[in-house]
Amino acid sequence: MIAALLLVPAVAGLLALLLRSDQLRRALLVATALTHLALVAAVWRATPAAAPTAWLRLDPVGTLVLGVTSVLFAVASIYAVGYLAHEVRAPRPDIEEDALFANGPEAVFTACLLFFLATMTLVTVSQNLGVLWVAVEATTLASAPLIFFHRHHRSLEATWKYLLICSVGIAVALLGNFFLAFAASFGPAGSGSLVLHELIAGAPGLHVRWLKAAFVLLLVGYGTKMGLAPLHTWLPDAHAEAPSVVSALLSGALLNCAFLGIVRAYQVLAAAGQRRFAGDLLIDIGLFSMALAAVFIVAQPDFKRLLAYSSVEHMGILAVGMGLGGGAVFGALLHLVNHSLAKGMLFLLAGNILAAYRSKSTAGVRGVGTALPVTAGLWVAGLLAITGSPPFGPFLSELVIVKGAIDGGHAVVTVLFLLFLAAAFVGMARPMLTMVQGDPLAGLRPAGRDRWLAVAPPAVLGVSVLLLGLWVPSWLSDMLRAAARVVGAG
Amino acid sequence: MFEINTLLVGLLLVNFVLLGASRLDTGVRQVAAQGALLSLLTLAEHAGWGAPWRVWLLALGSGVVKAVVFPHFLRRALREADVRREMAPYVGFTASVLVGVAALAASLWLASRLPLPGPVASPLLVPVSLFTVLVGMFLLVSRRKALTQVVGYLVVENGVFCFGLALPEDAPLPVEVGILLDIFAAVFIMGIMIYQISREFDDIDTDRLTSLRDEAT
Repeated sequence: MIAALLLVPAVAGLLALLLRSDQLRRALLVATALTHLALVAAVWRATPAAAPTAWLRLDPVGTLVLGVTSVLFAVASIYAVGYLAHEVRAPRPDIEEDALFANGPEAVFTACLLFFLATMTLVTVSQNLGVLWVAVEATTLASAPLIFFHRHHRSLEATWKYLLICSVGIAVALLGNFFLAFAASFGPAGSGSLVLHELIAGAPGLHVRWLKAAFVLLLVGYGTKMGLAPLHTWLPDAHAEAPSVVSALLSGALLNCAFLGIVRAYQVLAAAGQRRFAGDLLIDIGLFSMALAAVFIVAQPDFKRLLAYSSVEHMGILAVGMGLGGGAVFGALLHLVNHSLAKGMLFLLAGNILAAYRSKSTAGVRGVGTALPVTAGLWVAGLLAITGSPPFGPFLSELVIVKGAIDGGHAVVTVLFLLFLAAAFVGMARPMLTMVQGDPLAGLRPAGRDRWLAVAPPAVLGVSVLLLGLWVPSWLSDMLRAAARVVGAG
Repeated sequence: MFEINTLLVGLLLVNFVLLGASRLDTGVRQVAAQGALLSLLTLAEHAGWGAPWRVWLLALGSGVVKAVVFPHFLRRALREADVRREMAPYVGFTASVLVGVAALAASLWLASRLPLPGPVASPLLVPVSLFTVLVGMFLLVSRRKALTQVVGYLVVENGVFCFGLALPEDAPLPVEVGILLDIFAAVFIMGIMIYQISREFDDIDTDRLTSLRDEAT
């Protein structure tokens, strides 16, 4: 089953490179995404049996992240069909610089999307931290060509930063893995194994100083990839310059995979009785990310960068929730689901606005409400969702995290958390609402209308995130509870 | 040939040469030398000629990739990009070497603070690998050509690899091969990107890559 989950997208990716017909290739993309989703639904219902020491095994946390990834990818693949069909092929004028640019080959784009799915799947099923590392680095390599789809100066710069900063970050995580292996090789029972189950079983025997150093290195390494401040510098560039469908996947799926790397390390530390040490570090870096994101969200002139900084903020929320422990872990995991759905939706809508107005400037775009009424309605709903307003899902999950903070007696954390949330709300609401209102400015007339394939996928995500705010179905809450138990909070 | 301490001292000296190198192809050559030294170190760790087959496989594999394939890639990128051949540092070469001395002292101190689980082949192994990581990081931030950043990344990666040799137990073969494949693919993609950067900007100065930024308000 796990082999099928990995092989289906990987083989389809190779096939995409060989197919000549664009139509066939797009059909292959959607078919693969839906097959993957069906397989994920099957493993969600009944986890395939595997020895606890197996390298590839699905545990509740992995299944949760895999489920989110697969749903988002399926939605994004349908959006991608409409996007690719409407992309102009001939070199066309750049919207920000005085130059022409063209797109990369569509076959490579589709193949990389599918490889990206395969590598993210590998991240979620890895139970050996060495394999996990290989998989996370592979996600970087599979996604770099996606960011460079529009071949102009800025996407080149964004891709270079992404590739280099993430590769070096991940190299630090590898050093962290080796430190962890060192910590595990003390004592007579020490094996130096990096299999998660063995690490957790032998946690009391781990050497504390090596273990703490390992956690810091892993946090820095995977935190770079996850976009935690101050290691986030690649994130706004990559999210803003990539095609919007790729931005949605980076933000909604890739960042979760990097977070999973940190969660694995946290599991080991919690088992070794170092929960407070790891938790405090996570809270600090999480709050710092939220603060920095709030600063850059306020007065951000580019709406895709605005959404990107919002991702930095939400990754901070995940880190804080995980660091608080107790009930907040459940909140953080629920928030992971909510954020992916809401942010995926917003990036897809940003793609619609960008395609119609050919501008990413919050000051230049006006009157989306009249030009693209469906997109505008969903855009406002997405704004409410991502800023944590009721009745959307993120409101609920942020509430659970705040409750966890209060229950744990973290007064300062609670106050700062709410303060940064409020700042981000104000910073995002003003520009995003003014974009919807009024009439289009002269010289920036939107071209085109709402297309079915461009609004249905974000609408599906929007409805899901709304439903999650009203009622969390039992199959999801059971998985969330099991995942929170695995992370070590009853 | 398999004297661990000699090889480690060689690695240490290569790091200093890298810090003081003013030409791009010197950098490429030194990083290739590092790859070769590391592959010999892998064998030396495991009883030289008598090392088991999987160690030979890994040592030869990483040696070929790091000492032959990468330099070939990077030289080609250099030729096709037709760039000027200087390192173009932000920090001068004398200052860089001084930073290197400080980094070496820091690594020795750090290594003395971390106890080892058992006998290690050489007391120099941990400090030299940490030193190599630090030198790589410094090269990354203090040189402005895209190609030198790749060299810096490779030096970091070599340092981490060297640290891995100090582990009492080897990582399982699939993991090691996976790591090697990842690095291989990373350098391959970086090579392509360097070519693209040189085509777009007529140069591989990363100074030109500065249009994306935000100012805090």
